[in-house]
Amino acid sequence: MSEVVANTTENLTTHKEVGPWKEAWHNFKKSKAAVVGAGIVAFFIILAIFGSWIAPQGVNEQNLSERLMAPSAKHWFGTDDFGRDIFSRVVYGARVSLWVGFSSVIGSVIVGSILGIVAGYYGRWVDTIISRLFDILLAFPSILLAISIVAVLGPSLQNALIAIAIINVPNFGRLIRSKVLSIKQEEYIMSAKAIGMNDFRILFRHILPNSMTPVIVQGTLAIASAIIEAAGLGFLGLGAQAPTPEWGKMLSDARVYLVNAPWTMIFPGLAIMLTVLGFNLMGDGLRDALDPKMKN
Amino acid sequence: MTEPLLKVQGLKKYFPIRSGIFGQITGQVKAVDDVSFYVNEGETLGIVGESGCGKSTTGRMLMRLLEPTEGAIEFQGQNLAKLSPFEMRKARRDIQMVFQDPYASLNPRHSIGQILEEPLIVHGIGDAKERKKRVRALLEIVGLSDDHAKRYPHQFSGGQRQRIGIARALMTNPKLIIADEPVSALDVSIQAQVLNLMQDLQKELKLTYIFIAHDLGVVRHISDRVGVMYLGKIVELSESEELYANPLHPYTKGLLSAVPIPDPDFRRQQIIIEGDVPSPSSPPKGCTFHTRCPFKMDICTKSVPQLTEAQHGHSVACHLYNEQANDK
Repeated sequence: MSEVVANTTENLTTHKEVGPWKEAWHNFKKSKAAVVGAGIVAFFIILAIFGSWIAPQGVNEQNLSERLMAPSAKHWFGTDDFGRDIFSRVVYGARVSLWVGFSSVIGSVIVGSILGIVAGYYGRWVDTIISRLFDILLAFPSILLAISIVAVLGPSLQNALIAIAIINVPNFGRLIRSKVLSIKQEEYIMSAKAIGMNDFRILFRHILPNSMTPVIVQGTLAIASAIIEAAGLGFLGLGAQAPTPEWGKMLSDARVYLVNAPWTMIFPGLAIMLTVLGFNLMGDGLRDALDPKMKN
Repeated sequence: MTEPLLKVQGLKKYFPIRSGIFGQITGQVKAVDDVSFYVNEGETLGIVGESGCGKSTTGRMLMRLLEPTEGAIEFQGQNLAKLSPFEMRKARRDIQMVFQDPYASLNPRHSIGQILEEPLIVHGIGDAKERKKRVRALLEIVGLSDDHAKRYPHQFSGGQRQRIGIARALMTNPKLIIADEPVSALDVSIQAQVLNLMQDLQKELKLTYIFIAHDLGVVRHISDRVGVMYLGKIVELSESEELYANPLHPYTKGLLSAVPIPDPDFRRQQIIIEGDVPSPSSPPKGCTFHTRCPFKMDICTKSVPQLTEAQHGHSVACHLYNEQANDK
């Protein structure tokens, strides 16, 4: 018996301690699209952090003698109707959009996780109440719900952010709930109870970490849609207010000059598209890396 | 005789069957129906039976992982069935469980060190250094080495994982271990290793086992006494050797005659049990086994045979042996 044990021990020492996260990183690196997506996201994060050093001009610096100028060596992306440098504004806009994307998604993940985990683990009437609440939120078209929330709270970037967080809560809540439902049947949860663990520890040390992978994937993709939603609210005048350099707001201001000065619209639009593309590619890559079973 | 370590009296688990839009209770599945037994300190009680007979449910009720519908579970002088959830969590320090599926019973996101350390953290035993020391000690006891502590469950084979499961059960120094089919998911060659390990540990650490299995050979190998379950009831309970040499209940006879013997020339009279297990939601009246019993009598369809001692230390629930009892 001891020989067998010794043998298997040797076999095991050949490969190093590979944790589940390290393995996922290894898989992630293999997908080119995912790496490109992560690159784009990293690029915009750098823009957001170092924007004030990168931008050649102040974000709200007006120069009325240089209104609506086409892209040139001085103004790479041209200027808008107040003569502001669009390149600088797009660079600053990264900060606004990423802030909205990340913080609204983090908010909805936290609230959604707590509600979902409680609903899934305790079941019965707790589950019924929380699930019906999600159903109610999901019954409205999300942008309409966001508009009504902003209408109640008043138009501002912060309220747009809160609205986007609220409309995303049921998505994460349901995701976690279904994951918790399957995980709580696992034998290691039974064994955790058998050890004498309390519910709190079981929920946060065992069930939550094991239900996080789809949330990370969904979260990355949700950042992309949150950016679009924020831009949409901005476009409708319900999000960021002038003169905040928010991409959606810039699009909305530019629509008057679409024919005469298309660059006022093209560059903020491209910025939105690229960030969303980056997050989507990264999300897809993460999905494949973290949970190959979820593919399609 | 000294007081037994664990004494179970009239344990029942009925699962409600709900149907309709309002989920009214329309019936009951009698998963475990009036089971009583005891386990002495240091011995191994085997519980055998086919799948669905309630043996795992019984094991889980002993730990209150499932709430018993009725019955008393006396362990070290306290009735576990009456403890509050908080008291029960503390009591679990002395009763631990080894699970069936070594691939599912270890959290895939925790390293072996974390998995083993957790029972100690939960029960507040020792400081970080002492806990690490105990983890190393137990890894060695179950035949693994201490650098395995940094690895994750998916890097181990089934047999090794089951060793880890056993080590985890031993962390808090329990008195009673409930092993729920601990080897049925393993290869036959590995089964023997794990069984031997369990026996060695029992001798060294003076453990008491309740060993739940469907494999009669495995149970015979490890048990001092064996209880046979059928449809939620214990139908026969006896010393292990006695049960295998001299089975009384027709069901046990049938089970034993189905165990293959590694001798192609050996011929014996086989008792073939016909039909399927009746549904536990509507068990047959009288003796639950009468629908399949080759020795069925009139009384079997009418009255439920009680588990009574037919010979010294050999109890059976069958009218064939309970005539005196029935005459009364």
